[in-house]
Amino acid sequence: MRLNTVKYLTTLVVIVGALQVNTALAQMDHGPEHQDMGQMQGGSAPADARDPHAYSDGYTLTEGPYAQPGPRQLKLADEHAFWSVLGDRLEYQEDSDSTVYDIQAWYGTTYNRFVIKAEGDIADGTLEESSTELLWGHALNAYFDTQFGVRLDQYDEGKDRQWLAIGMQGLAPYWFELDVTAYVGDDGRTALSAEAEYELLLTQRLILQPRAELNLYGKDDLDNRLGSGLSDLALGLRLRYEFSRQFSPYIGVEWTDTYGDTADYRRAAGQDTSGTQFVAGLRFWF
Amino acid sequence: MTHGFPRPKQPWQLSRRRFVQGLAAGGVLAATPSWLQAAAKGATALDSAPVLSGREIDLVIAETPVNFTGVTRMATTINGSIPAPTLRLREGDDVTIRVTNRLPVATSIHWHGILLPYQMDGVPGISYPGISPGETFVYRFTLRQSGTYWYHSHSGFQEMTGMYGALIIEPRAGERHRADQDYVVQLSDWTDEDPMRAFSKLKVQSDVYNFNQPTFFDFTADVSKLGLQAALEKRQMWNQMRMNPTDLADLSAATLTFLMNGTTPAGNWSGLFQRGDRVRLRFINAASNSFYDVRIPGLKLTVIQADGQDVEPVTVDEFRFGPGETYDVMVEPQDDAYTIFAQSMERSGYARGTLAVQQGLIAPVPEPDPPEWLTMKDMMGAMGGGAMGHDMMKMDSMGQTKMDHSQMSGGMAMDHSMHGMQQGSENPLAKPSSTIRHARTEYGASVDQRVDTPSTNLDDPGIGLRNLSQRGLRPQGHRVLTLADLKSIDGVLDDRRPPARELELHLTGNMERYSWSFDGLEFGKSTPVSLRHNERVRIILQNDTMMTHPMHLHGMWSELETDQGELRVRRHTIPVQPAQRISYLTTPHDLGRWAWHCHLLFHMDAGMFREVVVS
Repeated sequence: MRLNTVKYLTTLVVIVGALQVNTALAQMDHGPEHQDMGQMQGGSAPADARDPHAYSDGYTLTEGPYAQPGPRQLKLADEHAFWSVLGDRLEYQEDSDSTVYDIQAWYGTTYNRFVIKAEGDIADGTLEESSTELLWGHALNAYFDTQFGVRLDQYDEGKDRQWLAIGMQGLAPYWFELDVTAYVGDDGRTALSAEAEYELLLTQRLILQPRAELNLYGKDDLDNRLGSGLSDLALGLRLRYEFSRQFSPYIGVEWTDTYGDTADYRRAAGQDTSGTQFVAGLRFWF
Repeated sequence: MTHGFPRPKQPWQLSRRRFVQGLAAGGVLAATPSWLQAAAKGATALDSAPVLSGREIDLVIAETPVNFTGVTRMATTINGSIPAPTLRLREGDDVTIRVTNRLPVATSIHWHGILLPYQMDGVPGISYPGISPGETFVYRFTLRQSGTYWYHSHSGFQEMTGMYGALIIEPRAGERHRADQDYVVQLSDWTDEDPMRAFSKLKVQSDVYNFNQPTFFDFTADVSKLGLQAALEKRQMWNQMRMNPTDLADLSAATLTFLMNGTTPAGNWSGLFQRGDRVRLRFINAASNSFYDVRIPGLKLTVIQADGQDVEPVTVDEFRFGPGETYDVMVEPQDDAYTIFAQSMERSGYARGTLAVQQGLIAPVPEPDPPEWLTMKDMMGAMGGGAMGHDMMKMDSMGQTKMDHSQMSGGMAMDHSMHGMQQGSENPLAKPSSTIRHARTEYGASVDQRVDTPSTNLDDPGIGLRNLSQRGLRPQGHRVLTLADLKSIDGVLDDRRPPARELELHLTGNMERYSWSFDGLEFGKSTPVSLRHNERVRIILQNDTMMTHPMHLHGMWSELETDQGELRVRRHTIPVQPAQRISYLTTPHDLGRWAWHCHLLFHMDAGMFREVVVS
C-alpha cells in the first residue's frame, strides 16, 4: 500500500519531469515571431533588438579616454571561478546491505564549468560498481547546461566500460531538477540515463524529495548483465531535515525494478528483479 | 495559520532569535574607544562614531577584531571604529584627506554622492589603481555641495566588513532647518561569514539564506482559505517560471546581524533629546545588501533631504531605503522614549535603537511584519497588478494614436510604441520613451526573465509596504514615503534643458545562476557608456528582475523625472522596483571614468556594474 503510493508519486514526477524537458527545449526554439508579451523567458533576440554596446562610442574597459593604463585591474565575480561539492546521496541501503554514494562537484564560472559526477555501490568493503563522469558544462539557456565528456564504468564482477557522454542538466519549469545524458561506447554500445528530483518543503527545513532514475541501453551487455531497452528504474522518496542548508540527514524508501533482458539475467542468477528497501543517509554540500 | 499542524518551537528558532539581537556590548574589541566602553556598562550605546572635522583629515585602514554575535571576527576598519569616524566638513572648503593602508591587501575609499575630479572618486581600476598595502593616498578636492553623505571602501567586500562612515557637509549659508539635536543614524549589516564564502554559497544555491520559502503547509492553508483552484493559481506562474515569490533579499538574518550606528539590536543605540527639541536624524543606509523599512512608532517623520539634497518637506510615518541612499528626517518627540525600528525588507530581522530623554529608557519594540509574497505586479509590472485597468487603457490610447499618425499596420496589440504620440508633440524627447527595447543580450543564459509591460508610476511603496493600514499592520492613515513624494526644493535642479538624447538600459539577472547585469552583460563583458561633457542626457532604467536595485551613478547627479517627463528630485542613488521602468536626467560636468552600479554589494560584484566615460 505504502509502496504503491511511493511508486505512484515518483512515477508522476518522472512523467511531469519528462514533459518539462519538452517545454524547456521548446522554449529555446522560440523564434522572433513568438516575441510577445506572453514570453518573459528564453527565446531568441528579434532582429531589431537593442545593441548593448550602442552607447560605447567604440570605447572599451581598457581603451578610450581616461582609461587606466595597463591590463584591466577591475575584475568582479563574473570573471572569477567558483567550486562546489554536492553529496546528494551518501546512504546506507538496508536490503542490499550496501553503501551508495552519489556526488557531484564542479569548478568554473557562471556559464562554463568542469563537472564531475560520481556514483557507486560499496558492499563488504569493496567497490562493487561505480560510474564516474568527467564533463565540460556550458550554459544552454537561463536554466540548463549542456554537458559533454566521458563516463567510466567500473565493475568488480564484470567488464569496465568507457563512454562518450553528451547531456543536459538543469532546472525545468515547476522546479524539477533534471539530468539527462546519452552515451556512446565501444562496439556500438549506446545508453541513456535520466534523473529527476523534486523538493517539497514541508517546513523551511523538513524537505521531502521524490527522485526517479532510469537507464536504457542500446544493446545487451552480457558481461555486466544489462539488457537492451529499458533496463532499470529506481523511484525513491527521501525525507531530510536541514540542520543547515548544507547538512541534512535523511531517511527514505527506494523501490527498484529491472526490465527485459536485465530482469532475465537477474532471474537466471537467482536474484530479485525488483525490490523495496529503506535507506538512511546524509546530504551535504560545501 | 497552518490548521491542524501546530509548529513546535524549534531549537534553531531560539538560536536565530539570539543571532538577530546580537551581543548587547558587541562591536570593536581592540583598543576599545571610550564611546564603546560606555556602551559596555549599560545596555545602551551613545554616540556611534568619533567625529573628525576640519580641512585635513587622516584616516588609517587596518584589520581590527570585532564581536557582534559572540564570535570574534576580523573586521576592516577606518581609524579602528565601526562605523568609521563621522567626517563633518564645510561646503566650499578644499579638503585634504590622507588615507593610509595598513591592511595586507589593497584598499580604497569612495566618497559616496560627492562631486569631485574622477581621480579622487576612489574606485580601484577606474579612478586610480587603489591604495597598496603600506601606502598613503592623499585625496584633495573642493566641496561643491552640502548635505548628508557617506564614504566606504570600493574594494572587494571591505565595505561589508566594516569600512563605512558618515560624511556631513555643512552648508555655507547655514542649515535650512533648525535642529536642537542632530544625529547620524547609520544602518548597516554584519556577517560572521567571510563575505566571499557567503557569495559563493549563493552561487551554489541562491535561496540558501531564505527561510521564508513557500511550503507545503502554506499551500494547504491557502487551500482551506482560498480554495484549491485559487491556491493553485496563486502559485502557477511562479512555479512555471521557476521564480520564487519570497525572493525578497539574497541575504537574511540567517547570516546577518542588523546594526544601527554599529550597535546590535540588543545593544540598543540611543540618541538623547530634551522635551520640545527638534531632532534631526540623518539616516544613511550603509548596509551591504539590506533594504530597511524605517519607522519610529509615535512620531511623524518629516523628510527634508534625500541623498544630501534638500527636498520640499514631506511628512510620513515610514520610509524604505536601500544601500547607498540617505534621508534626513526631522522629528519632534514629546514622550520619554521612542524606538527607531528598521526592519529588513525580507522581514527576517531588524536594526533598532532608541530616542529618549535619558540614557537607559526604552520603548516597546515592534515585531517584524510577516513577510509578504511578491505579486504579479512585481513580476510583470503594469500588466500584473491592480494598476492593470488604468495602464491597459493608457496603452490602448497609445495604440490608437499610433494608428492615427503612422502608416504601419499589424502587430498593434504587441507594440507599445509611443512614436505616434511623440510625433505629435514638439520635442520627441519631452517625455521618456515608453517603447520597450530589450537588448539582444537579454535572450541568453544570463537573464531569467524580461518585462514587457513595466510599471512607470513612482507612487508604489513596494512589496511589504502596500496597504499596511488595510492589512491591520499599522494604524489608519499610516503613510509610507514613495519616490513620488520627493520633490527637490526650488533651485536644486538647476539644469532645465530638455535632454538631447536618451539611453535605455535594462537591469537583468539570473537568480538560479546568481548572476546580475545590465542588459544581460556582466561587467567583464560590457563596454562603457559614453557621455559627452555637459550634455543633458536621459537615462531610462528598466528593471527586468524581481528585486529592487538601488542604482548609484558616480560623478554626477541622477535627476529623477516622472513618466510624463516632469523633473522631480535630485538623487545619487535611485531604487528601481521590480518590473519598473524609471528615467532620470543627468548633466556630466566632470570629465573622466565613473562607476555605475547596483549598490547591493553582491549584485555589484556579480556584475551589475558599468563604466561611464565622460569626454
